[in-house]
Amino acid sequence: MSTETLRAWLDERIGLQYLIELARKKDVPLHRHTIWYYFGGMTLFLFVVQVVTGILLLLYYRPSAENAFESVQFIMTDVEFGWLIRSIHSWSANLMIATLMIHMFSAYFLKAYRRPRELTWMSGVLLLGLALAFGFSGYLLPWNKLAFFATKVGTDIAGDLPVIGPFLLRFLRGGDDVTGATLTRFFGFHVAILPALTTFVLALHLLLVQKHGMSVPPSLTSHNLPRMKFFPNFFLRDLIGWILAVGVLAALAALFPWQLGEKADPFAPAPAGIKPEWYFLFMFQTLKLLPGRILFIEGEVIGILAFVIGGIVWLLVPFLDRPEENSRRTRWFTFAGIVLVIYIATMTIVGYLS
Amino acid sequence: MDDRTTLRRKLLHYLMGTSVGATLVAIFYPILKFMIPPPTSEATQNSVVAGKVTDLVPNSGKIFKFGNKPGLLIRTASGEFKAFSAVCTHLDCIVQYRPDMKIIWCACHNGQYNLSGQNIAGPPPRPLTQYTVNLRGDDIIVTKG
Repeated sequence: MSTETLRAWLDERIGLQYLIELARKKDVPLHRHTIWYYFGGMTLFLFVVQVVTGILLLLYYRPSAENAFESVQFIMTDVEFGWLIRSIHSWSANLMIATLMIHMFSAYFLKAYRRPRELTWMSGVLLLGLALAFGFSGYLLPWNKLAFFATKVGTDIAGDLPVIGPFLLRFLRGGDDVTGATLTRFFGFHVAILPALTTFVLALHLLLVQKHGMSVPPSLTSHNLPRMKFFPNFFLRDLIGWILAVGVLAALAALFPWQLGEKADPFAPAPAGIKPEWYFLFMFQTLKLLPGRILFIEGEVIGILAFVIGGIVWLLVPFLDRPEENSRRTRWFTFAGIVLVIYIATMTIVGYLS
Repeated sequence: MDDRTTLRRKLLHYLMGTSVGATLVAIFYPILKFMIPPPTSEATQNSVVAGKVTDLVPNSGKIFKFGNKPGLLIRTASGEFKAFSAVCTHLDCIVQYRPDMKIIWCACHNGQYNLSGQNIAGPPPRPLTQYTVNLRGDDIIVTKG
């Protein structure tokens, strides 16, 4: 069969011509903020790395309190390139959350959430929540000491919420304590429930991005901007970024292989200086700084509620900052975003150093 | 395009193709190797206590663990002890002793072996590996080879 007939055959069945038109339509505006357009694709690439390495790890991982630690040890020591696959999975998870944060804050500061992209923004915030849930549930799976206590603390924080807290705690732990049942449960979240939800929300997010095209920052809309074809020009640039990411991942995995630590022991005290992963550190540090009691309520509960409300406000940003209204409000949102970034950065550094 | 430009373009295509190819190999080689499980350590022990003399009445058999493989210990009707690999040479099923027929039988495809381990009926292509049996007090010691 010649290429032409194959093409015609496919076109008749899947509308190849339509897809080609779609790819041809897309272009990327070129201006001084163009650099920020790379981070969404980079996050997507790192997500694909997570899917591939995650599926590979599934071939050897055993999700039970008796076997989990040993199976990860087996992966790290016996399986060919096991150390590489596991280290890349861990490193890529961290890099993915980092690029996701950059992508999100750049979208925030360039006001990319504005009409008609409200749902794009909201699906993005949901994806952040899912990524954090992936990080939290995946952290327990090697069943080492740090993971065990991190999960105890993390689920306990959820349990502090008023009204739904006790239910949430039992739901997350699969009982009153962190046990093998928790591990099995987190495994289920990590490899089945979260991937299913993520597939759906990610598809929506990408679909909306295709539909609306690239957002142009409001400060630039008046100019007649030059544009670059997405296929193949900008895509090739994306590819260079992805190859760099593969290099960085391989270097990190080789030079700083992810440690396994000691097997969890439910009857041993928590190790000194225990801390969550960096992306939870600013919340951890905030809770540490709050006094035991504020008026009649526990300080911790106030802090947790503040984070929940903060998350909801963040989700609803497109409806709060509307361009039709005066620009003072818009400037206020930019200012609040800067304060937020400084706050997160400061708390993370303080938490890291303390 | 003059010849030099064509040549330069060809060279660039070659360099790009090989570097993309090398990158893909560097990514997929570890993935393929990872998917092949490492060899499970063979039973290093050459002999094992398969059971007690009192475990077995004449004309009976039992499965014992020889490292990570099953073995079959038989006490014949005449009271003699014999031991074989319990892995059927046909398709890896685990064989058993049939007291009614006084043979070793594989339930999967009706493979049959006599009490010397010879394949006498059914699909098995080769005899079962026979082990040496020694008694040490009450213990039945099975040794390879």
